Amino acid sequence: MDRDYQTLVLDYRRCDDQAAAVPARHPVVVVGAGPVGLATAIDLAQRGLRVLLLDDDDRLSVGSRGLCYSKRTLEIFDRLGCGQRIVDKGISWNVGKVFFQDALAYRFDLLPEAGHRRPAFINLQQYYLEGYLHDHAAALETLDIRWRNRLVGLERLEDGVELTVDTPDGAYRLRCDWLIACDGARSPTRALMGLESKGRVFRDRFLIADVRMTADFPTERWFWFDPPFHRNQSVLLHRQADDVWRIDFQLGWDADPEEEKKPEKVIPRIRALLGEEREFTLDWVSVYTFACRRMERFRHGRVIFAGDSAHGVSPFGARGANSGIQDADNLAWKLALVLEGKAPDRLLDSYASEREFAADENILNSTRSTDFITPKSPVSRTFRDAVLSLAGDCAFARRLVNSGRLSVPSVLADSPLNTPDGDAFAGPMVPGAPAADAPVRRGGAADWFLAHVGQQFTAVFFTGGEPLAAETASALAGLAAGPIPVRAVLVVPAGATAAAAPGLTVLEDAEGLLALRYDARPGTVHLLRPDQHVCARWRSFDAGRLRAAVATATCTA
Amino acid sequence: MPLNTEPAIARPDDFYEALIDAHRDLTAEQSAMVNARLILLLANHVGDMEVLREALARARAGV
Repeated sequence: MDRDYQTLVLDYRRCDDQAAAVPARHPVVVVGAGPVGLATAIDLAQRGLRVLLLDDDDRLSVGSRGLCYSKRTLEIFDRLGCGQRIVDKGISWNVGKVFFQDALAYRFDLLPEAGHRRPAFINLQQYYLEGYLHDHAAALETLDIRWRNRLVGLERLEDGVELTVDTPDGAYRLRCDWLIACDGARSPTRALMGLESKGRVFRDRFLIADVRMTADFPTERWFWFDPPFHRNQSVLLHRQADDVWRIDFQLGWDADPEEEKKPEKVIPRIRALLGEEREFTLDWVSVYTFACRRMERFRHGRVIFAGDSAHGVSPFGARGANSGIQDADNLAWKLALVLEGKAPDRLLDSYASEREFAADENILNSTRSTDFITPKSPVSRTFRDAVLSLAGDCAFARRLVNSGRLSVPSVLADSPLNTPDGDAFAGPMVPGAPAADAPVRRGGAADWFLAHVGQQFTAVFFTGGEPLAAETASALAGLAAGPIPVRAVLVVPAGATAAAAPGLTVLEDAEGLLALRYDARPGTVHLLRPDQHVCARWRSFDAGRLRAAVATATCTA
Repeated sequence: MPLNTEPAIARPDDFYEALIDAHRDLTAEQSAMVNARLILLLANHVGDMEVLREALARARAGV
């Protein structure tokens, strides 16, 4: 049974740091216990690091807010050990319909190819996501969460940061080696450092309503351009957990946000969409604007920005929360290696460059969607309507319809952490790509590939099922003993029974999809980073070459 | 393949007349819609992004 996460109050507790004569020192402080801060803190704590998470409030998200979580994000939650509950509660969907005026203009199906553990997307109210992440985080011994601890002062030191934190008992100071700012679009950390997030602000307002009703609408994303019930604007209808539906109405820039939030204004708009007969209750209403922008740099010495504090996008495409979780995924293993003294701090520059690149990609896509959904000039509107009017008959026009290009993870093809291909490969698993999943069998039991890679570096060695030469087996197993340990996973064809070698995980390529997706032949090796991105691949195994690639991927070469 | 600005239409007067005819009796707004649909249809037919970019630049440069 779920708790009511929207009303849950998380208790402020006085802590020893508040009475300390000298500011207490922490290795990592994460500011902001939203999805990105929680994911970052969980990942770091599960790597054995002591983490302090500060939040200025004592509540989780109110209202659904972040809604759509992508396959890649779910895979990250799987790696963190909290994916199943999120997927179980979420609403899986694949089909989207786009209407123009009173007719269906376009239908898309995100149904991924078979043989992946997770669906393309689930919808889940942000309060459930935060609630589940919080339940998971609360059980971690090395993670200390302090509610109603508001960051009000920040001083950069030679070897860290000194923070002033305000509480119901007054302010106290503490120091940390690294500060991770996950404190949202209006980031107090960013403001305290005099930094900006710059870009394009869109002069438009949207009404967002959570409506509780039992409806037999299919579980699809419905998007209307210029519908009869809301002329000249767009509308989005999407299902969430517990018979709650998300409805977004474009209002235009001149709308009065306070006035528009009043039930007497909202309810007629919803009735116009749902019809007079439908019974519903209004759970939550908000009016929002948005900007597509980012900070110039995500790393400022020992202060690192992740999620909305670093970058913002329009909501079309679900690229906000998803990219923030991917920031956390990218950052945690790097910061852990730096804190353990196993990698130099310039490894964190690759966090910045990789995620700045991803932010640019997200901003580009979300800006294009926004320009299509809310044309800002008469001619832009004419072309938009021309595309929609052609979409019914012409396949090419359907490809131009843009009601949001939904979040896909970035391929970090230009990352300095990659070892460029020396051997010929086909297919999408290029260095920098997030690793594709596939069904496997382990010890005869059905399983998934991604459950056995990541968290640490993983070498995936494909064989034809022949017995492994003794020296190869010992070299693979020996990878675990290096300064930066590498787990070795052996992939054998379906039906092959490889003798389990000590220190090796053996996976059977249950449907042959793994070899297909990785363009693998017997002898092929892929090196995956702790965040499950490919960073090198070869047609044959060579321990020295593999170690060199690990060194490249950790800036320890 | 660069943008072809040499004569390619066998009977240019026929084309021009057909173009103007396509807009007959339309309001300015309707004509704008016809033009937009026409551009989209032709652009897809051309398909080559390099040619399209050159045409866009050429069209704008003359205004």
